[in-house]
Amino acid sequence: MTSKVTINPITRLEGHGKIEVFLDDKGNVEDAYFQVVELRGFERFCIGRPAEEMPRIVPNICGVCPTPHNMASTKALDDLYGVEPTPTAKLIRQLHLNAFYVEDHYVHFFFLAAPDFVVGPDSDPALRNVVGLVNKVGIDIGGKVIDVRKKCREIIKLIAGKPCHPEGGLPGGVPRGITEEERKWIKETADYSVEFARFALEIFKQAVLDNKEYLKLVLSDAYKLNTYYMGLVDENKRVNFYEGKLRVVDPSGAEYALFDYRDYISHIGEWVEPWTYIRLTHLKKIGWNGLHDGKGTSLYRVGPLARLNVAEGMLTPLAQKEYESMYDTLGGKPSHHTLAYHWARLIEALQAAEHLQRIADDPLLTSKDIRNMDLKLKRRGIGCLEAARGTLIHHYETDERGIITKVNLIVATQHNAAPISLSVKKAAQAFIKGPEVKEGLLNMAEMAFRPYDPCLACATHALPGEMPLIVNIRDKHGDLIRSVQRD
Amino acid sequence: MAKLKLALYWAAACGGCDVAVLDINEKILDVAKLADIVFWPIALDFKYHHVEAMPDKSVDVCLFNGAIRSSEQEHIAKMLRSKSKVLVSFGSCACFGGIPALANLTTRAEIMERAYIEAPSNENPNKTLPQTKVSVPEGELTLPELYDNVLTLAQVVPVEYFVPGCPPTVDLILKVVNALATNSLPPVGATIASDKTLCDECDRKKEKKMISRIYRTHEIIPDPERCLLEQGLLCMGSATRGGCGALCVKVNIPCRGCFGPPAGVFDQGAKLVSSIASIYQTNGKQDIEKMVNELVDPAGTFYRFGMSVSMLKRRIPQKT
Ligand code: SF4
Ligand code: SF4
Ligand SMILES: [Fe+2]
Repeated sequence: MTSKVTINPITRLEGHGKIEVFLDDKGNVEDAYFQVVELRGFERFCIGRPAEEMPRIVPNICGVCPTPHNMASTKALDDLYGVEPTPTAKLIRQLHLNAFYVEDHYVHFFFLAAPDFVVGPDSDPALRNVVGLVNKVGIDIGGKVIDVRKKCREIIKLIAGKPCHPEGGLPGGVPRGITEEERKWIKETADYSVEFARFALEIFKQAVLDNKEYLKLVLSDAYKLNTYYMGLVDENKRVNFYEGKLRVVDPSGAEYALFDYRDYISHIGEWVEPWTYIRLTHLKKIGWNGLHDGKGTSLYRVGPLARLNVAEGMLTPLAQKEYESMYDTLGGKPSHHTLAYHWARLIEALQAAEHLQRIADDPLLTSKDIRNMDLKLKRRGIGCLEAARGTLIHHYETDERGIITKVNLIVATQHNAAPISLSVKKAAQAFIKGPEVKEGLLNMAEMAFRPYDPCLACATHALPGEMPLIVNIRDKHGDLIRSVQRD
Repeated sequence: MAKLKLALYWAAACGGCDVAVLDINEKILDVAKLADIVFWPIALDFKYHHVEAMPDKSVDVCLFNGAIRSSEQEHIAKMLRSKSKVLVSFGSCACFGGIPALANLTTRAEIMERAYIEAPSNENPNKTLPQTKVSVPEGELTLPELYDNVLTLAQVVPVEYFVPGCPPTVDLILKVVNALATNSLPPVGATIASDKTLCDECDRKKEKKMISRIYRTHEIIPDPERCLLEQGLLCMGSATRGGCGALCVKVNIPCRGCFGPPAGVFDQGAKLVSSIASIYQTNGKQDIEKMVNELVDPAGTFYRFGMSVSMLKRRIPQKT
């Protein structure tokens, strides 16, 4: 007899998602499926729209990570019109993107991830939230996070009008420049963000490195997945969120591919399964061979840990030091330890904050030269950048008037969808034995997908609360035997 | 005063409306003093069956964001309607369909075809399409079915108030919170925003200049002080309700109408066409043809956020 465990609702991508875990007669985990249950059809209904309107339409794909969509779209327009943005425009775009990274990474970390290991993964769920975190650490972290988030969102508002739905983004530039007056407070926010980033890493070290139990969990097989990794790197192979080439490393860490993202179709395949609305990406040259890791796998992961795994280092000096110390602790590169995504996320937030500082100090930031008007329509444009959760690709084709005729989008959670299924399966196999699923163990399984921050999580993580989670255990007729639920 | 019981829900939405509620930052603590949140799927672990078990009218206020495009969403809208004293259509998707309603220009079959068969990086030799029921070796997996058309909340159930915006601004959210706190809600049916147009609150210089050409946003660098429409950019300000603080216009980008039509205006597109006609210099048929040619995507521009309530594509609910 097979019974079914449903984890629902979980995280958002294009809509809502759920995880189904199947148990065999002994109550051991047989398989797990991460399903995305909504499809909104952007790739179809954007046809007929003027290309330059795309950066104003695509943020609606996700109100939690709208900035990366707005910007990948803008970069696709650069390519479509064969134009390089002016140096100042590029600075302003990166200011926007890095401000987004800082606020997004911290909200995820403090409200969603940190309670697990600062308060303890199998502690009382009533304490396992940001309030418990504050009690444990003894400072008002919640207030600080709200503060850093607010300040960074002010920068986004200045540049793009609305943080939840950034506007503007034009081929070759940005619609609005920065003044010297504004530079001053941008600089203050940048300094504050760096200071906060160091404080966050300090908390992480105290909570994890000084806690043998937790470190053991991070390094355990239950949270390990042997896959390829993908992410953007600059010409020195350092982590870059905004531009560069896509690099793929194999499970041993060796370079498997380094390519211009405009050629993504030769490298990335999207497989369709009847049980999910999401298309499952994989390395095309290896070919789709199902949901498994290790030998023969064609699956790769994206996002914070993946970016660090594919790079040879960080873009900024303080982040570089942290990068080295992380791999020392994890026992070398690449790291397959899914829980290390959290650590990588904090190192990235530090890089984003340092990069904000660098931009704020750049004399070119306030130049009036914000648009390159030398546009030549090429009828095909591909934009790619690193969204907070991983590689994001926008591909547009147009008619001779620049009206969209085709759209292809590959978003971060797509690359990670198959690995998420696998990660949950592994953790569930390690912790769920028999139909008596205990609350703490449930959380241990949940911890397997939280590192990916698959975007409703994007939204849930924004609140001092628990991830909503229910596990229904049913017999083979689908009748409910028991329901485990978090209050 | 007893604490209010507050519910928040998202249907076909991007999550931005929920995030916008968090953008009130530290004031969220005032809300916590004022109200107990009894249902908020994105943030709290209350399930549908909890709501089902509540007595009718036991929720004081429900802020409902997102459009309606599946039977599940319609079912929850009806359930929350009967449980709530006051149902608020929150955000442009719930009020007018929003960007998801651009899907009304196409069909579900076309969307599936594009996503699973045509997309250039697909590897789909057997032309598999996602199914509502699938057998896998271990058992059965299900997916919900989607409607062909995207509907507004008010097309499905009666609604007391409308709060427009993609997303509603912090000021508007605080306005709603204050009205609740002081028990001073406006008459039923009201839209909580300005009654005037966006042009009325925009401080760009209007010089009553005529235009002889419509430009697309990438084609010119507009003067930062002057009215965008008078520079030939299609700005929807005259056909759009005020209340956002002219956010887009402030970053030199023309309005796309996310606050919906102003009070007394039935159709946003029709209103905009009359604004353009009144400032476009025409001497006969040729010029009118030229103008029409320069309007490259009227449907997707005039009804960017309002397809579900437009004259063009006002659809009736369609069950699948
Ligand atoms: S048309 Fe646009 S720019 Fe002109 S006054 Fe109205 S809102 Fe302002
Ligand atoms: S300017 Fe127009 S599109 Fe922009 S926020 Fe205001 S109403 Fe919405
Ligand atoms: Fe997202």
